[in-house]
Amino acid sequence: MAKTIMTADDSTSMRQMVSFTLKQAGYEVVEAEDGKDALTKMTAAPVDMLITDLNMPNMNGLELIREVRNLKEYKFIPIVMLTTESESGKKLEGKKAGATGWIVKPFKPPQLVSVVKKVLK
Amino acid sequence: MSDSSNFAEVFLQEAEELLADIEECILNIESDPEDHDAINRLFRAMHTIKGSGSMFGFDDIADFTHHVETALDLVREGKMKISKTFIDLILMSRDQISAMLDQSQGGPSVSHVENLKIIEKFHELMPRSARSSSKNADEKKKRDEAPPPSKQVYRVRFGGDSEMFSRGMDPALLIDELRGLGECEVIPNTDSIPSLDEIDPEKCYLSWDIVLTTEKGEDEIHDVFIFVEDDCEIDIRRISEEEAEDVPRLGEILVERGDAQPEDIEQALNSQKRLGDLLSQEKGVSKQKIQSALQEQKALQAFNKAAARETVRVPADKLDNLINLVGELVITQAQLSRVATKIDSLELDSPVEEVDRLTGELRDIVLNIRMMPIGGTFSRFRRLVRDLSSELNKKIDLVTLGGETEMDKTVIDRLGDPLVHLIRNSLDHGIESAEKRREAEKPEKGTIRLSATHRGANVVISIEDDGQGLNADSIRAKAIEKGLIAATDDLSEKEIFNLIMQPGFSTAESVTSISGRGVGMDVVKREIESLRGSIEIDSQLGKGTRIDLYLPLTLAIIDGLLVEIGAGKYVIPINAIVECLEMTDETVALDRGRNLIQVRGELLPFVRLRETFWIEGVVPEIEEAVIVNHGDNRVGLVVDRVIGDYQTVIKSLGRIYQDVEGLSGATIMGDGNVALIVDVLGLVRMANMDEKHSIGKIRKSKEKAETVTAQS
Repeated sequence: MAKTIMTADDSTSMRQMVSFTLKQAGYEVVEAEDGKDALTKMTAAPVDMLITDLNMPNMNGLELIREVRNLKEYKFIPIVMLTTESESGKKLEGKKAGATGWIVKPFKPPQLVSVVKKVLK
Repeated sequence: MSDSSNFAEVFLQEAEELLADIEECILNIESDPEDHDAINRLFRAMHTIKGSGSMFGFDDIADFTHHVETALDLVREGKMKISKTFIDLILMSRDQISAMLDQSQGGPSVSHVENLKIIEKFHELMPRSARSSSKNADEKKKRDEAPPPSKQVYRVRFGGDSEMFSRGMDPALLIDELRGLGECEVIPNTDSIPSLDEIDPEKCYLSWDIVLTTEKGEDEIHDVFIFVEDDCEIDIRRISEEEAEDVPRLGEILVERGDAQPEDIEQALNSQKRLGDLLSQEKGVSKQKIQSALQEQKALQAFNKAAARETVRVPADKLDNLINLVGELVITQAQLSRVATKIDSLELDSPVEEVDRLTGELRDIVLNIRMMPIGGTFSRFRRLVRDLSSELNKKIDLVTLGGETEMDKTVIDRLGDPLVHLIRNSLDHGIESAEKRREAEKPEKGTIRLSATHRGANVVISIEDDGQGLNADSIRAKAIEKGLIAATDDLSEKEIFNLIMQPGFSTAESVTSISGRGVGMDVVKREIESLRGSIEIDSQLGKGTRIDLYLPLTLAIIDGLLVEIGAGKYVIPINAIVECLEMTDETVALDRGRNLIQVRGELLPFVRLRETFWIEGVVPEIEEAVIVNHGDNRVGLVVDRVIGDYQTVIKSLGRIYQDVEGLSGATIMGDGNVALIVDVLGLVRMANMDEKHSIGKIRKSKEKAETVTAQS
């Protein structure tokens, strides 16, 4: 069965791009436009992985990661952050919050797929 | 939505909205500089424009926005005050970004100088300390180390992060990724797993030692661990050197890794046991650590082997000498083991066992030195086939297979002539002329396939042609004409084919310059048999002929079954043996003096070696039969007692005894006695021979065998 990946990003173009790339690679994708939206959707229906932007309104990426990690069913899922170069300090903060890894923007679609493959069984 | 240009359109639309948002925010901020929410929104909008812009190829926008974002970040952190100038600059930036977006959609071009001016003005507003960092922020970090050119061995140690699982990281995936880079030996280290009641199932207690042989550079190995390198202990070290040095010893590896103390190693070495066992028993170095070090040593050995595939030329006689000496050593070792079992001293047992092991290793290595791929011999025939086929005006392809098959050099050297003969036969008598082939609706070009394959303890070399095949009727007629068989003899097709290997037999209608020069199949047969090999012929009229040569891997050592007849010991080569069984009254009852034994419903001829070798003495109540196999023939060899497995070095019989039938060599046993090696082929032949004929021969060989036993 195809794995389901949640992508949380407030940028529509970004979200669509991630979504499209992952669907091409054979994954199911659920989109959320901010942290709160993602958390609600993830509590409603389970996903296998979370890819999240850091800078989002309502609930930012780091808060989302902390909230998700506190949920029993999401204790061990891979979580990947989308960061920009200027946020390199956030990587460590994200790791502390429970993120598995990160992708630096800009990235190429194959990079995204290879990272997903790296952390998702 | 199918490609990035579509995403770009989405981005343009999104950017328009964000720009509107930016305008609204900055105007809010102007009226209320403490509106943090607006500042955050503003920052986020700029951030998105930058991030998404860079994703979809709007690098100029991303670069420019980056500077604006940096300034906004300072404001957000309270390091920069919101001033009228700042608000103006944000608005100017907004317009500038808008202009750049228009430009990408075919609008008027935007002055880059204007961008720089705005950036410069932002910089002027910034506190001194922040300026340089903003300028350098987008410089990418790059590792400049060039990857090593060829395969290297790396040791990767990885672990130490017990929280790995709770970050969603599965170490198995990382190890799989490493496996994808090259040859990988993974040794998990379970030392730190606590006792069961203390285990927290959410924690990772494992660490790994991985020996990786790869062409990829160190960077690519680092990349595998990119997500965990901040939390885990990761040590990646190249352990292969550019110039292949000696492979380090186990102790050196353990000390270098910090898994054992040099003193411990020293102490362990002094007590003459295998280092690994000792360290694990006495110094508490875990078995896994030693295992891991051993794997590393192995990988290095393999690497060095591959790297230094240089050869040293050694005169063959030096090698022969070495093999002889090792042979003597194997024999002496057998004697030593025998004496040791008699003495029954624990103290003696362990060094004797060690010598046994070392001798075995030494023997295998030395024998392996003599092994050569047969390919070199095969390639010689390419030229031969080319020259001969043009001489005969035939079109023939030579296909060789299995050239990498290794055999003892002696065997390969002596195979040359028989193979030349067999290939000539195929060329000359086997493959028809082009016209004949056309008539037979075969491809004009004939094919000879020369192949070598391993089959058990043998190497089988096949010469196969798609020529006219052997004509059983004409062979039979010829054999009757030459008096080799009686007209009334009922022979199977295979037996008829075998007739061509009888001395003086030739079926060729014309004697050509190529074959028929007197070196017949009988010579080939003798040569192969002297190599302890055998020949099988298979042919279909009109389709082709296949000749299989069964050859032993090596001539120096024989794996055999030691049997006893009277007071003498004999060795039967194990590759010929099918099974052993007791000659019960029941099995013999059916015999009625015809020398036939019933094995699983099949009647097989048997030879009483006691009679064949003319051995006096009392026949034991229950004799044993060793069923041996040769091609399609199975024959029972009746002996007094089967003693067991026996690996031994073959000593050739003196020149005078070389023609003794039924015996192929001798060996010296542990107790110093001589055991004779039975020539299965000769015995099978003798068993199949017509009775009257065989009696005389057996008697002859009996006498000879006796002399041999007496003299040795």
